[in-house]
Amino acid sequence: MTQHFLNELDRLKDCLLMMASRAESAAKTATRAVVERDDELAKQVEATDHEIDQLELEIDELAIQLLAKAPLARDLRLITVAMKICTDLERVGDEATTIARRARELSYEPQLKEFVDIPRMVGKAMAMMDQALKAFVNEDADSARAVIPQDKAVDALNRQLHSELTDHMVKDPKSITRCLNLMVISKSIERIADHAKNIGEVVVYLCEATDIRHNTARNSEQTHIQNP
Amino acid sequence: MSQTQIENAADHEKAEAPLIVTRDLSVHYGAVQALNQISLNVSEHLVTAFIGPSGCGKSTLLRCFNRMNDLIDHVKTTGKVTIAGHDIYRSDIDVVQLRKKVGMVFQKSNPFPKSIRENIMYGLRLHGMRESNRLNEVVESSLRSAALWDEVKDRLDTNALTLSGGQQQRLCIARAIAIQPEILLMDEPASALDPVATAKIEELILTLKERYTIVIVTHNMQQATRISDKTAFFYLGALVEYGNTQAIFTNPKNRQTEDYVTGRFG
Amino acid sequence: MAFATAIILAFAAVILSNILWQGWEAFSWRFITSRADQNMFDSQQAGVLQMIAGTSARVVLMTIFVMPIGVITAIYLTEYARKDSLLTNLIQSAVNNLAGVPSIVFGLFGLGFFVNFIGGNLDLILRPEQAAPYWRNPALIWASLTLAVMTLPVVIVSTEEALKAIPPGLREASMALGATRLETVIRIVIPQALPGIMTGGVLAVGRAAGEVAPILFTGAAYYMSGYPSHLTDQFMDLGYHIFILSTQSPDIEGTRSILYATVITLLLLTFTLNLLTILMRARIRTKLRTFH
Repeated sequence: MTQHFLNELDRLKDCLLMMASRAESAAKTATRAVVERDDELAKQVEATDHEIDQLELEIDELAIQLLAKAPLARDLRLITVAMKICTDLERVGDEATTIARRARELSYEPQLKEFVDIPRMVGKAMAMMDQALKAFVNEDADSARAVIPQDKAVDALNRQLHSELTDHMVKDPKSITRCLNLMVISKSIERIADHAKNIGEVVVYLCEATDIRHNTARNSEQTHIQNP
Repeated sequence: MSQTQIENAADHEKAEAPLIVTRDLSVHYGAVQALNQISLNVSEHLVTAFIGPSGCGKSTLLRCFNRMNDLIDHVKTTGKVTIAGHDIYRSDIDVVQLRKKVGMVFQKSNPFPKSIRENIMYGLRLHGMRESNRLNEVVESSLRSAALWDEVKDRLDTNALTLSGGQQQRLCIARAIAIQPEILLMDEPASALDPVATAKIEELILTLKERYTIVIVTHNMQQATRISDKTAFFYLGALVEYGNTQAIFTNPKNRQTEDYVTGRFG
Repeated sequence: MAFATAIILAFAAVILSNILWQGWEAFSWRFITSRADQNMFDSQQAGVLQMIAGTSARVVLMTIFVMPIGVITAIYLTEYARKDSLLTNLIQSAVNNLAGVPSIVFGLFGLGFFVNFIGGNLDLILRPEQAAPYWRNPALIWASLTLAVMTLPVVIVSTEEALKAIPPGLREASMALGATRLETVIRIVIPQALPGIMTGGVLAVGRAAGEVAPILFTGAAYYMSGYPSHLTDQFMDLGYHIFILSTQSPDIEGTRSILYATVITLLLLTFTLNLLTILMRARIRTKLRTFH
């Protein structure tokens, strides 16, 4: 492969990392907006989403151009993994925007004091995202693998919050709007954790060529040979 | 591994009966060693690709299979090459019969400066076929098998050198398969051809796989991924890695293979 | 380039016109169709038919000897021999050296080897009782063999060049189909090389037709009333006759036109022989119809 190709490959990685940092900071900012009830922060997040969407387009286009050069082995895995991560990050951006919008709505009403679990969920989800992205940068399959089981905890927290909010809505119908917003926010955070898990899975594929999605271990070796 | 995976692997092994077996094969041209202790099996009815940088020995190995290396001065071959159970380097082997069973197509197409018909009949006459009806039947069937019949059926008696490059190469393939070999050796058969002609040749190889065992030397990695089932990577006369094409090109085990396949060599 | 060509053409024109001018008087249809009698120097009665027959016979016989040997040697050197072996190098140097040997040396060689040695031994083996030598005499066969040895390098080199011009891919293709080297040579290589081989023949004929020194002691005769009919016959020769006319004539002025007419005849004969070979070669070329 030419030096030009290698340069373009580096550019792909750089774009992806830029998108990752934007998405991460959008998610962080959005959850801060919930806790601090800051309308300005919410507006910032919505603006960032536009940048994230643009980066998705740029990365996809660059990836297609690189694929046209028929890369193989690690290069091929890197490009396809980059496309997948890019999709996950774009969704993270969207979730961040959703959180920000709900945060704005919440800020117009008095705070519901009981729900400290949101920050805990946020902490876990952002830690997962952070670890998954670092694993990509460092090409660390073990670290990427370690992200995956952490999703269960976030799922559990989401379910718990969901049932608590449901109870609250029954007891205090005036709080229904705020509870529903919080449910949406909780769901979005749970989805962000899912995306972090996805990123972890594809990073394992990048490093080891093993596809561990959906709980199967499938090696490139064991795919069928071309049909006789 | 799950049960289905184990079963798949067993079928896999059964379907891959080795037709060509080499053990510790080494070839020297005078003082220069071209191949170093090669041990490798080529399976029946598969397309096996040999890849590697120039001078790595892949063509030399190919030419061992039909003993075309014998034509070179000062060549020394040690080790064993067995085809269908017969050691082909034994002194009592009839090389003429060997070359009937193991056909070869070269990088630069080399049709004889005779008519298309005569080109194909050459090999047949060489091996004793005389009867003109039978000869013409085989001419037609080999041209059909080489996907060339429709293009030349009205001008079988014109000079073969008036055909285009891609057609000439298909003629050479037809000429080789006319004498009914079991194995077809192809040394970069499409490297001198334009993309359209190359695509035709690749398509042809995929259909020929059903009747013949094909070994192809290629510089074009994408070609190897397109048409081969197994791939062997050579470097400086040694076999570095050999496995299913999918594995070699998406996840090679050896660092050198990875570097070559991703173009980071040299 | 054009200037050099013009000079060469000018020379040729000058020589030719001189010959024609001098010989036109004696040259006629009668001249070339009648035999000379003892009185060769009289321009009214001179004829060159025996010489034409003699020269033609020795050239044809030479061709019959030299072509097979030369072609087979060239085939051996190109197709079979190891390029760096001692034997190959020896043969190649021998061929090169042979090409540089002066014609008179061939003449002496022919006398010593063919006439005396071979001829002498044949007499010993086949005619031990007869005292008079039969084979051990100048003869058509010895002259032709001498000429064959002389033109061998020409044929070998031309054939080698023709063989080398054939791309190795054709030989490989043939052998990969199961042909032996011999079959490849016979079915593919020789047919392709035929025009080049015939060029060798043309060159050999062109060289040999006008040579006198090699046949001086090996077969040419001052006067023979008839044509050579046996291999052991001596023969009259155009080139030799030119020599005789210019040195033995009692009347230089009178025989000058006969002399030049003989030269014209020799040139015509060489030209005709060459033309025939060239025509044959052209026919073969069109049959092969190679498009390279």
